[in-house]
Amino acid sequence: MADTSFHSHHLPARRRLSPAAPRPAGLAATISAVAIALALLVAPNPASADVSLLNVSYDPTREFYKDVNAAFAKEWKAKTGEIVTVKASHGGSGAQARAVIDGLQADVVTLALAGDIDAIAAKSGKIAKDWQSRLPNHASPYTSTIVLLVRKGNPKGIKDWDDLVKPGVSVITPNPKTSGGARWNYLAAWAYASAVSGGDEAKIREFLVKLFKNVPVLDTGARGATTTFAQRGLGDVLIAWENEAYLVKDEFGADQFDIVAPSLSILAEPPVAVVDGNVDAHGTRKQAEAYLQFLYSDEGQKLAAKHHYRPTNPQVVDKALIDAFPKLKLVTIDADFGGWAKAQPTHFGDGGTFDQIYKPGQ
Amino acid sequence: MADDALIPDLHLPEPRRLPPPRSPAAPTVVSEGPLARAAIMTVAFLFLALFLVLPLITIFAEAFSKGVGAFFNTFSDSDALAAVKTTFLVTAIAVPANIVFGIAAAWAVTKFQFPLKSVLLTLIDLPFSVSPVVAGLVYIILFGAQSSLGPWLAAHGIQIIFALPGMVLVTIFVSVPFVARELIPLMQEQGTAEEEAALTLGASGFTIFRRVTLPNIKWGLLYGVLLCNARAMGEFGAVSVVSGKIRGETATMPLQIDIYYNEYASVAAFSIAVLLALSALLTLAIKAVLEWRFANELAAGRRH
Repeated sequence: MADTSFHSHHLPARRRLSPAAPRPAGLAATISAVAIALALLVAPNPASADVSLLNVSYDPTREFYKDVNAAFAKEWKAKTGEIVTVKASHGGSGAQARAVIDGLQADVVTLALAGDIDAIAAKSGKIAKDWQSRLPNHASPYTSTIVLLVRKGNPKGIKDWDDLVKPGVSVITPNPKTSGGARWNYLAAWAYASAVSGGDEAKIREFLVKLFKNVPVLDTGARGATTTFAQRGLGDVLIAWENEAYLVKDEFGADQFDIVAPSLSILAEPPVAVVDGNVDAHGTRKQAEAYLQFLYSDEGQKLAAKHHYRPTNPQVVDKALIDAFPKLKLVTIDADFGGWAKAQPTHFGDGGTFDQIYKPGQ
Repeated sequence: MADDALIPDLHLPEPRRLPPPRSPAAPTVVSEGPLARAAIMTVAFLFLALFLVLPLITIFAEAFSKGVGAFFNTFSDSDALAAVKTTFLVTAIAVPANIVFGIAAAWAVTKFQFPLKSVLLTLIDLPFSVSPVVAGLVYIILFGAQSSLGPWLAAHGIQIIFALPGMVLVTIFVSVPFVARELIPLMQEQGTAEEEAALTLGASGFTIFRRVTLPNIKWGLLYGVLLCNARAMGEFGAVSVVSGKIRGETATMPLQIDIYYNEYASVAAFSIAVLLALSALLTLAIKAVLEWRFANELAAGRRH
């Protein structure tokens, strides 16, 4: 019943397994299978005869970069005549950074936060230390923020961060150790607690302890947490990227979920960088730089807005899309947390504030 | 000729599967009453239905939930086709490698006496006890950019981790035991008498292997290859660690299922799951045929 492509692929394996095949033929089939496999390995793939770029990105950008990759390839073809294929890899931001450090051949990285790109620069030396000043707006072509996603009609009456610490409210957020989005979530909650307590750190910690007592499960990435909340139906509220919250409404129908904008949140700047060591080895610097520039172009900004990222150049985008974003009071990582270089070890390093406040199973 | 032993009709009934012989005392030997027996059997069947059949049906139901067209539409996506291709490519390299290793290991263990034999036997079983994630990480530590080999590999343009070679390596690792484990008991039982006879008749080493040993072990070998193949195609954990998840390039079918599922493309995810399930059912069917037709020759292999 399987389609023909399956059969044609499966045939060598089945012939080898077929009980009717006499042994010498089986041996010959085995040897030729190995030979074919090796030949395929050595022969250049005709589809990538032109140029191929690898974009290593974080979890919720899958749909966005699918559109971007197609649009960029089209523009590059029109401009230079060259066919460029952009390949994508998605996962938790921290895990993706780790893979690049271990040798994943990314031409560009588009991750959830600057700290992860800093880690690549520091541990592999493949990205120049000044990467964040090489592109406009801290190398973030689009920004986002953290919002609350609740079930339709908001049955638990969740309006702001302080509703998340109430008893009986179940909160879904991923693990800040592995997920970039979760780190923004954590800092947004911290910023709120800091604002209402006038910066009293004991009170902030107390708030976060209560909040994480309401978290039944920590997924490794933002997309995993979304699936837990939307598909598996766990929890009353999902702390999510704004774009991810909109995506859930698009995917599952606007009649199932409501987005709640808290009184205060954080400006999330997902940055992008060319991986110098890799593009120089691949000879793809020109294309990789053009790809990142494309994100800042009018078309790139429009695509970002379409996928509910906040464009850094909103004038070029349809005003209705911009007005649809909730107006939020936003703190920033640099002004309020001393940048990622400080926030990362303080809050998410070994023994940081997250380790202190989060005690699973209590 | 050793092949004479293959005449299947002589070995049709499979004694191990049959219920205990019905002697006159049988009804009293089973202390449970008919009600209790029915209850136990019901539990067994319910358990299987709940944990095996239901999920299998769910896979098919999900894959065809939007119609047959949507199911086939999945395979017009180049990422899905690439995942199928990658899976078969990885399997087509890993399984033959394990056949060669499995025969060599079984041969060494059963035909020769040498020191550290028990160490070799234990090592063959290692992949059964090591978590696949650890297996994947080990290869990153060995061949990754931060390893001591890393700079040399990079200087020579050799990419092992986050590319096909790494995926093949971890697949070989997790599927190493199947062929060897199947052959060792079988060859142990057969002993070396026939080979020795062939030797006295002047046969060369390779002739002995081809004409005596291979015919004796072929069904056991096939059985091991089948299990090895199933494991190689279905491996998720270890491959996921070293794949880099580049869609259309280093995603195997299990990884592509995960990718699709996380993109809310559940029909696509389950369509690929159907392919994997079908190949599993095929494996099961061939396995059943082998067990039924060649029970005797496989018996030794199944006793561990």
